[in-house]
Amino acid sequence: MTAANPLTGWKSPPQAKRPWTWTKITGHILMALWVIAGFYLLVYLLGNLEKPILEFLTPHLSGAWAEYAERQLATHEFDSFLERYGNKYIEGFLVTLQIVGLSLLVGAALSIPIAIARSSKWKIFSTPAYAYVYFFRGTPLLAQTFLIYYGAGTFRPELEAVGLWGFFRDAWYCVIFAFSLNTSAYQAEILRGAIMNVPKGQWEGAAALGISKPVTFFKVILPQALMVALRPYGNEIILMIKGSAIASIITIYDLMGETRRAYSRTYDFQAYIWAAVAYLLIVETLRRVWDKIEARLTRHLIR
Amino acid sequence: MNEALTLLSFGDQGWGDQIARGVLVTISLAIATLPFGLIIGFLVALAKNSSEPSLKLAANIYTTIFRGLPELLTLFLVYFGVQIGIQQGMRLLGFESYIEVNSFVAGMVALSLVFSSYASEAFLSAFRGIPQGQYEGGHALGLSRYQTMTLVILPQLIRLALPALGNLWLILLKETSLVSVIGLADIVRESGIAARVTKEPFLFFGIACLIYLFLAIISSTGLARIERWSKRGDVSR
Repeated sequence: MTAANPLTGWKSPPQAKRPWTWTKITGHILMALWVIAGFYLLVYLLGNLEKPILEFLTPHLSGAWAEYAERQLATHEFDSFLERYGNKYIEGFLVTLQIVGLSLLVGAALSIPIAIARSSKWKIFSTPAYAYVYFFRGTPLLAQTFLIYYGAGTFRPELEAVGLWGFFRDAWYCVIFAFSLNTSAYQAEILRGAIMNVPKGQWEGAAALGISKPVTFFKVILPQALMVALRPYGNEIILMIKGSAIASIITIYDLMGETRRAYSRTYDFQAYIWAAVAYLLIVETLRRVWDKIEARLTRHLIR
Repeated sequence: MNEALTLLSFGDQGWGDQIARGVLVTISLAIATLPFGLIIGFLVALAKNSSEPSLKLAANIYTTIFRGLPELLTLFLVYFGVQIGIQQGMRLLGFESYIEVNSFVAGMVALSLVFSSYASEAFLSAFRGIPQGQYEGGHALGLSRYQTMTLVILPQLIRLALPALGNLWLILLKETSLVSVIGLADIVRESGIAARVTKEPFLFFGIACLIYLFLAIISSTGLARIERWSKRGDVSR
């Protein structure tokens, strides 16, 4: 490879020097604060691993340090938060995953008829669908969950008569029910928006080719619509994961519920820090994976 | 039906005044959060829009954290975190005391953090909608960087960011309900108390939902009007 500049041998011109402007100073100070906070957090959380770290280090140490480590291991009571509650957090995580997965699936199934009704020409279909979507998008998920979980008590005799009381008495089913209804309203809007986004010419083109309406919908319109809907669907999954923390308020031991239980027993603030780490990891991983999936699926589109 | 009306009436018999007080708390929490959220969000967007990589990274870490955490968890982190932080600080100074953080303030801080990180994205995409020529024009007219920002960029920025910010306001209004969990007497908490005492949960939580819906409808009409006002200078085509 020949150098671009034969005199100096540099392959590219040197980078321009960036002077120490106020922006740069502020940026470095803020970054330093983040790094310090992150480091402090790391040390704080690694306190849990005192025992394994000491056990790992002891054979490699010598002299006074080895003596110190051995004495610590022999005399010290190690009772770390992670050891006691780590498994609980994993159980909670699985519960969260179940709630989110189930609600999203049920919501997706419900959203199709709602989206169809919402874009119907007939007012008898479109008005109730619009009201449904408006209600569930306009009120807090917390209030909806309370309305279903506690509100079902009002109709106890009626529900017992039809044999549904067992369903509504259980917080687990109520959460799934409330979250499904909530996400179905959001998903219906995503679906409708995406289908409306497909140009009308696609319908006309398919009609000109003599393709029937249902086949046009499933083979021509829906694939294009789902491409557009990928990003909002990803956002909806993330919103659902974050929203599922509300389940902990009505006695479900999901990730947030286990966190609150651990905190109420130990008054150790780590409980919330671990939950924050867990949620951040889940959401960030999902966001990145979803970006990859989206890039892969839309690779044929010019952007 | 009559019974329900009695329960909802104002005065000794009904829960109307308690719920009305809850509505006031909810609205004041949302309105108190808004300026902080907007200002911090704007500053974070400025940082993300700057050419300095370290500043950009710092701002991105901020938004990643507060957009990734569930709002409920952010609330608990602030509520208990500040409490423990103050107590430890006091202990260092030699005082031993139990301090309870005001749930209104804790809610305000937590919601500001969440709101600002979302608002920064709204402002950032608005920044991208303003052509470079606007900055150059300001420079050519001899305006300082500060003047260019406040006189040229900001008025256009607000117009571009308004629809997204309007949505965030509606979300904020709904998120205030979470603060009832740490004991703030807002709509959800007041109607929860009423539901427990009167044993009419469906009625009271239904009313709570309708109040939120009503607030959302009022907000949307207000926002539509503000948007129309902000576009009054646009050339009609």
